[in-house]
Amino acid sequence: MELDRESILKLFKTMATIRHFEERGIPETGQRGMSASVHSSAGQEAVATGVCANLTNEDYIGSTHRGHGHCIAKGVDPKLMMAELFGRATGPNKGKGGSMHISDMSKGMLGTNGVVGASIPLAVGAALTSKVKKLGRVAVAFFGDGASNQGVLHESMNLASVWKLPVIFCCENNGYAMSTPSEYALSTAHVADRAQGYDMPGITVDGMDVFAVYDAAAQAVARARAGDGPSLIECQTYRFYGHTVFDNPLTYRSKEEEDHWRARDPLKLFREAVLPQGDITAAELDQIEADAEALMEEAVKFADESPLPEPVELYDDVYVNYPRELLKRGVNMAV
Amino acid sequence: MTITNQTAGQLAGMHATGTREIQVREAINECLRQEMELDENVIIMGEEIAGGAGRQDQGVEDAWGGPFRTTVGLIQQFGKERVLDTPLSEAAFIGAAIGASSTGLRAVAELMFVDFIGVCMDQLVNNAAKMRYMFGGQVKVPFTMMTRIGAGFGAAAQHSESYYSIFSHFPGLKGVVPSDAYTAKGLLAAAIRDDDPVVYFEHKGLYGSVGPVPEEPYVLPLGKARTVREGTDITLVGISKMTWVCTAAAEELAKEGISCEVIDLLSVSPIDYDHINESVLKTHRLVVVDEDTPICSMASEICSRVAEEVFDYLDAPPSRVTAPHTPVPYSRAMENEYMPNESRVKTTVRNLMNR
Ligand SMILES: Cc1ncc(C[n+]2csc(CCOP(=O)(O)OP(=O)(O)O)c2C)c(N)n1
Ligand SMILES: [Mg+2]
Repeated sequence: MELDRESILKLFKTMATIRHFEERGIPETGQRGMSASVHSSAGQEAVATGVCANLTNEDYIGSTHRGHGHCIAKGVDPKLMMAELFGRATGPNKGKGGSMHISDMSKGMLGTNGVVGASIPLAVGAALTSKVKKLGRVAVAFFGDGASNQGVLHESMNLASVWKLPVIFCCENNGYAMSTPSEYALSTAHVADRAQGYDMPGITVDGMDVFAVYDAAAQAVARARAGDGPSLIECQTYRFYGHTVFDNPLTYRSKEEEDHWRARDPLKLFREAVLPQGDITAAELDQIEADAEALMEEAVKFADESPLPEPVELYDDVYVNYPRELLKRGVNMAV
Repeated sequence: MTITNQTAGQLAGMHATGTREIQVREAINECLRQEMELDENVIIMGEEIAGGAGRQDQGVEDAWGGPFRTTVGLIQQFGKERVLDTPLSEAAFIGAAIGASSTGLRAVAELMFVDFIGVCMDQLVNNAAKMRYMFGGQVKVPFTMMTRIGAGFGAAAQHSESYYSIFSHFPGLKGVVPSDAYTAKGLLAAAIRDDDPVVYFEHKGLYGSVGPVPEEPYVLPLGKARTVREGTDITLVGISKMTWVCTAAAEELAKEGISCEVIDLLSVSPIDYDHINESVLKTHRLVVVDEDTPICSMASEICSRVAEEVFDYLDAPPSRVTAPHTPVPYSRAMENEYMPNESRVKTTVRNLMNR
């Protein structure tokens, strides 16, 4: 797949933005006492970036608890995301959702999700909307290696295959579900092997190489847009940190393993792949990183200066239509 | 205030010896260890129950010891045949634990947070709860599901719910809501030894709470509430952590001359209606404090039962302090208002006393 210079730089910009969001936003969120539900996707940037670079604003994605990268790659504003993490009213979810529920329907971002596997059928459903309404859109379901053992993935793959839906099942195999190694929990060598059982193409790609991910996704997206049905892509990747900030990963994985994957940092691999070609300079990439860093400074400031939700907003958006008074009737609420 | 061990021992109908102060987390761990020592049919499974599964050869054992470290050390003592890390497949492993329990094992399975119940609810509701009945009494299902409840951690709507009320709705299931280290140990032992399926609810906000716990194994009765504070003006019923919201409110209200009796429900199925009725006969007023949402809740169940059975003794309407009929919001600005707290309890009590 030939990418022009601008598109190549954009891949780097997206990855750098995700990296800086995680590196800055997560500790800042922790300092504000809201770290219970935050999962860093640092290390996995190439997956979200390579896949979403094939999507338009109208296409859909469903995401996971480790979803900041998916959001950014799909075009959600990091400033608004930061506000959501800080529990501010200016977040896309108005402070109701936080890290595990960031969503932005205007970007086709159907939500990060706190129940493992739960967003997979939502992406299948979005693909159904596209098919029924002849919208020409595709949907991507991102999920982890852990989620690949949930029944709902298997039912969703079968359903999407039977109905030939324009959906891409994208597994981010980072080797672990919390501390459980994927080689323990998976019956097959690769998540991609499971595609066979549902009559769809399944491939395993290097998830640290944004170009490899981009190419694999391009094929799957083309297949989906052509009406030929779903695909499964397994991206082999790694989370640089623990499951959350509370977890020390060295209790279940080795320093050598971490070093091996750190050496395959997707931003570093990008530089190694692109710079020798001479078309793009290190200075350009450095500038992109510096801009991403500066953007996070702005994002933190924006979030801190944003108002908190009013306590009574607790009752907003439970339903479209429901007697508000019944939400708290007879239970002696203070607000 | 916490219950004294003397009261606790009396409630258990036993004489407690070798008692020390330990955390809820440690009490749960000790109970699991003792029950597994006493009965080789007891096995435990769940996600991260040990952690780092399959890497013993690399020196990894017990990488997590449970998401909240309640199962730490079990795999070293009992081995991976009896302490099973599972793939992320709740429908399968909880269903399998139910199947194992109906065929000779006494399986304990952990659902990390009760919010995830949807993915495996069928196994509980249509299998665990009904097998014995549908099969005409041929099987026993001595299955325990351990799970977690509780808001207040900025964990948002899918990691903060307190869905215990729904379990009491299903005939065939039992449920317990321990509130401190003593009840955590005694009720877990009771759940494991019971021949019916029991759901055991741990509150995330109680793990570090320290209290007196006997060293030896002991069992608290399922379906029994306890009085943790005596009073004469009004009965407050607390559930899990809400019991301590009630006692804190009671302490404050005492300064205003209002004497609250506080009952710790401990069991959501069976429900100890008689214990509550008896207290209401004395106080003539009732407030139930429930962290779950209000409609068809434990709080509404208790209030309606009291209204039906001891109506003539009531001087004020049985009342509820609960979460509102909404999911749990993320931002603390909203979450702080979501949960029942002392001030809501106090306001409710004052209003009822002034009627
Ligand atoms: C249904 C369900 N079960 C358990 C959990 C607890 N949990 C949260 S993330 C996680 C591991 C997920 O692993 P994976 O799918 O590989 O994603 P990763 O964290 O590696 O990105 C678990 C067990 C959950 N959120 N939902
Ligand atoms: Mg994983």
